[in-house]
Amino acid sequence: MSATNLHMYALATPLIGAFAVMVVGRFSRRAVAPMVLGILSFSFAAALAVFLQVLSGGGFRYVVGNWLAPYGIELSVDHLGSLMQLLVSGVALTASVSAVKSVAKDLEERQHLFFTLYLILIAGLHGLVLTADAFNVYVLLEIASITAYGLIALGRGRAVVSSFNYVIMGSTGACFYLLGIGYLYILTGTLNMADLARIIPTLESGAALATAFAFCIVGLWIKMAFFPLHVWLPNAYSDMPDGAAVLVAPLMTKVTIYLMIRFMFSIFSPAYEFIQHAGVQQIVVGVAALGIVCASAMAIAQKNLRRMLTYLIIAEVGYMVGGVWLANAQGMTGAILHIVNDALMTLCLFLAVSAIAYHEGALDFDRLRGLFRRMPVTMAALVVAALSMIGVPPTCGFFSKWYLLLGGIEAGQWLYVGALIFSSLVNAVLFFRVIEIAYFRTPDEVAHGSGHEALQVREAPAAMLQPLVLAAAALIGVGLATGPLVQHVIRFAVPVGF
Amino acid sequence: MEAILSEIIAKYNYWIYVVLMMVGFYAMIGKNNLVKKLLGMNIFQTAIILMFISSGVKKGGLIPVLDKQAALEHGVNSALINNPVPHVLMLTAIVVSVSVTGVALALMQRIYRRYGTLEENEILEKIDR
Amino acid sequence: MNLEPSYWPLAAVLISLLGVVPILLSDRRPNLREAWTVLISLGKFTIIAALLPAVLEGGGYRITLAEVLPGVAIALRVDAMGMYFALVASFLWILTSIYSIGYMRALDEHDQTRYYASFAVAMSATVGVAFSANLLTLYLFYEMLSLSTYPLVTHKQDAEARSAGRKYLTYLLGTSVAFTLPAMILIYTLTGTLDFTAGGILAGKADASTVSLLLVLLVFGFAKAAVMPFHGWLPAAMVAPTPVSSFLHGVAVVKVGVFSILRMVFFVFGTGLLADLNLGVVLTTLASITVLVASLVALTQDNLKRRLAYSTIGQLSYMILGAGMLTAAGMTGGLLHLSMHAFGKITLFLCAGAIYIAAHKSNISEMDGLGRRMPVTYGAFFLASLSIIGMPPLGGFLSKWSLVVGAIDGGQLLLVAVVLVSSMLNAAYFFPIVYRGFFARAADGNGGEEIREAPLLCLIPLSITALFCLALFLWPSVLLQLIQMVVSS
Repeated sequence: MSATNLHMYALATPLIGAFAVMVVGRFSRRAVAPMVLGILSFSFAAALAVFLQVLSGGGFRYVVGNWLAPYGIELSVDHLGSLMQLLVSGVALTASVSAVKSVAKDLEERQHLFFTLYLILIAGLHGLVLTADAFNVYVLLEIASITAYGLIALGRGRAVVSSFNYVIMGSTGACFYLLGIGYLYILTGTLNMADLARIIPTLESGAALATAFAFCIVGLWIKMAFFPLHVWLPNAYSDMPDGAAVLVAPLMTKVTIYLMIRFMFSIFSPAYEFIQHAGVQQIVVGVAALGIVCASAMAIAQKNLRRMLTYLIIAEVGYMVGGVWLANAQGMTGAILHIVNDALMTLCLFLAVSAIAYHEGALDFDRLRGLFRRMPVTMAALVVAALSMIGVPPTCGFFSKWYLLLGGIEAGQWLYVGALIFSSLVNAVLFFRVIEIAYFRTPDEVAHGSGHEALQVREAPAAMLQPLVLAAAALIGVGLATGPLVQHVIRFAVPVGF
Repeated sequence: MEAILSEIIAKYNYWIYVVLMMVGFYAMIGKNNLVKKLLGMNIFQTAIILMFISSGVKKGGLIPVLDKQAALEHGVNSALINNPVPHVLMLTAIVVSVSVTGVALALMQRIYRRYGTLEENEILEKIDR
Repeated sequence: MNLEPSYWPLAAVLISLLGVVPILLSDRRPNLREAWTVLISLGKFTIIAALLPAVLEGGGYRITLAEVLPGVAIALRVDAMGMYFALVASFLWILTSIYSIGYMRALDEHDQTRYYASFAVAMSATVGVAFSANLLTLYLFYEMLSLSTYPLVTHKQDAEARSAGRKYLTYLLGTSVAFTLPAMILIYTLTGTLDFTAGGILAGKADASTVSLLLVLLVFGFAKAAVMPFHGWLPAAMVAPTPVSSFLHGVAVVKVGVFSILRMVFFVFGTGLLADLNLGVVLTTLASITVLVASLVALTQDNLKRRLAYSTIGQLSYMILGAGMLTAAGMTGGLLHLSMHAFGKITLFLCAGAIYIAAHKSNISEMDGLGRRMPVTYGAFFLASLSIIGMPPLGGFLSKWSLVVGAIDGGQLLLVAVVLVSSMLNAAYFFPIVYRGFFARAADGNGGEEIREAPLLCLIPLSITALFCLALFLWPSVLLQLIQMVVSS
């Protein structure tokens, strides 16, 4: 294996493996889980190797199939890209350990079909974080989205309707992006990101270029559920089967935010967005702040744990978009750091939800009473994730908030700073409410209790607890490792001149 | 006035695509029936595809696939040759569009089987009940 | 100051955190579990005491755990001020652990394992605050303390505990996120560092209004110091079992709040800067209001623990008052009161707990005549209350005297009046309890034979702490030495 092909192996293995799973799974249901885990472990190992290589040797560009750029499709593996690839494969592997268990329970006969879609989705995400071609982004985005539509539809109850709504809105977003790319192609004649970056500054910018930028960005915003284009997300993410939610919720919106960063800084330049069209920045950061506040407010109104978490995802997207558009190094660092941190936090939260749902079924707040006693490990992990969402050191959530706050103060965006603090307080209220319900037992239990009663512990199966504990530990570990992470990786992803 | 009118007439194809896009977009958002929404999505996507293709066509241009010799007689002169790259890209886009349509249709089948109707307001009523 | 890199500060913090594991594992064997608790507390105190000699000579220890932000790391540092607090806190933990054993067993309380485990984590956080080297680490351990004491406050798990717990976290987490975090970020933006440095880091970096804003933000942000109006959590937290109230709300939690504020005053702002900008007035005003109002409210409380809670609120502000005087004697008095009040208040709470165990009474009006049946308990109560009022020959006299001298030194005669008036109020709410206990006619049930002294495991710790109040008057040398080192830097 050539060292420089590793990232391709990380991408190709899930892709090819998906079809293998589909075929083999028809004959032997028991082979599905080991196959999935094996494939994703290999993919993770490859991504890790690439990451270490980039850390020591710097980034590199890669041509697929030896068709040279700008005609062929080029991949760019730099610090940000390899970090994202590591994140995607790591989260996918951790999620799949839990998914294998919950899908076996929810979707007995169709496991192999579920995991076919699952693996293709992961392959699509790998591709998205690697590609350096604008049109390729569209294709991979749709690959990821279509499989997501399918995965959502496998859920229970009204999942099909939510999926259809997502189809409509998601396609709108993708089409907007395609339209924008179309304009760019007409203007520049190329679709390679590096080439575009070279040619765009030489154009006499005008309405066409601005329209192209606007269409692309709005398309991406629809895909990442940026307020107020977020309406599809709560339903879609709540109705997904748990095995899919633990993969999709942490990754899809974050990868789309990564795409926005790539689009803004690898195709267009900071000069274009922030200097030539200076007013736009104010509007975007303002909308981001508004989105954070509104999403947090809507989260308070929810009576179901899963739906509450989906609104928090929308608020977190607001953090990151605002952070990127702050146009300074602190904000950018905070946004990229938050991509990593939020993926881990969402992973931990949804793994916990999945573990609770395994035995409890629904996740309405009344069902959560006394949960600390019945599922101590799960609740402990949930508490760690909650602390990270609130922003309590040493969990990772604190440090990305720190950078974002610093960036906001430096840019003078006080609305954004206020929204961040408001969101922390709201998160504290939200999670405290859940924890309080889970902590206090029902009155009868207290009456019969004594000092030495045996714990009626009915924890989730070990296969679901292990990734959960790992994710919770990662929240603290990544938090403590923030210094090296920023110093050695993220620093290179911040555009020059910030 | 004259200038604007001649602009519009000169680029009539793009204006048609804009109208198509608006029609499709409206259908996606405004219509109640799921099939109509899907059709709207298709119209929208098709309009974009047409726009891409149209960007590569020149009046009196030669088609390289059909007649390579004639087209490349004077080297690659973009004013004389219809650009094949958008066609290639749009093949991919069509594939994507077809896949999404397929998935949407499968979803609609499921919805019909479960709720007995394809009108969005009726479906929402049945869900809330 | 020569700080030697060493793992011992980390060990001091971690020993009880790691100790949670054996405590949880010995859930089914109470004796083993209790043994672990006492062992860990002894271990903690031993480590801290072992670090004392180097500190007394002017040295110290440090360790950096992780460089998380540019210019800011998670780091521990053992200096005079931290050592002072850690010594007092860890010593009192040993006594509280022993008392807890007696208390919990006498009442056959539920969920004892969770109780001991949470206590261990809370102690870890307390020592972490004491040994923090910068504001970020302090914030980290401060939050850890809020969270780990929640299960302790809501131990009873009834409706009252639930609302008390809610109030507790709302006040503590709300103020720290809304006030302390922005203040921390502002300080970082202005100075680029959060390290505690003798003489402060803000001098010359910010104008007067910014420094005042920061001061106010931090005083209210560290709501554990119960400066009014953010004091409401403290009376509410009295629903906790008495060892929790005694230790955490007499010694650890509240002292962490005051300690943090004093750290800010000495090591972030710097007394020089505060004096130049005349900001001592802010501190003394806020503190005086709290002292007087709390003492007045304490007079109206019938529930013994609530009266003690309001007394605590008042006493905490004495320490801030002392710091705000910005004179050497005032600062000495403030710091000294930290330990004097700790020993005194813990005795009072432990006595309240003993009364509850022996007679199941919590309201003062029902406690007439109990003193005759529980002489040791009431005797300890009497000694401790004298210390808090500030009468010789008890330790509290030294700290209050220092405060008065400090006020005179600074020419702030109004503050002298505040100290004296509030001390009289202290007497007004403490003496009736003792008087009625010993001399009043026994109320119903208080004269019967069933009322005996509390169990031995409860009596011994409270007697020890009461005697310490006496002893610290006679031999305050070690503590004073540490305090002098802080004040002189």
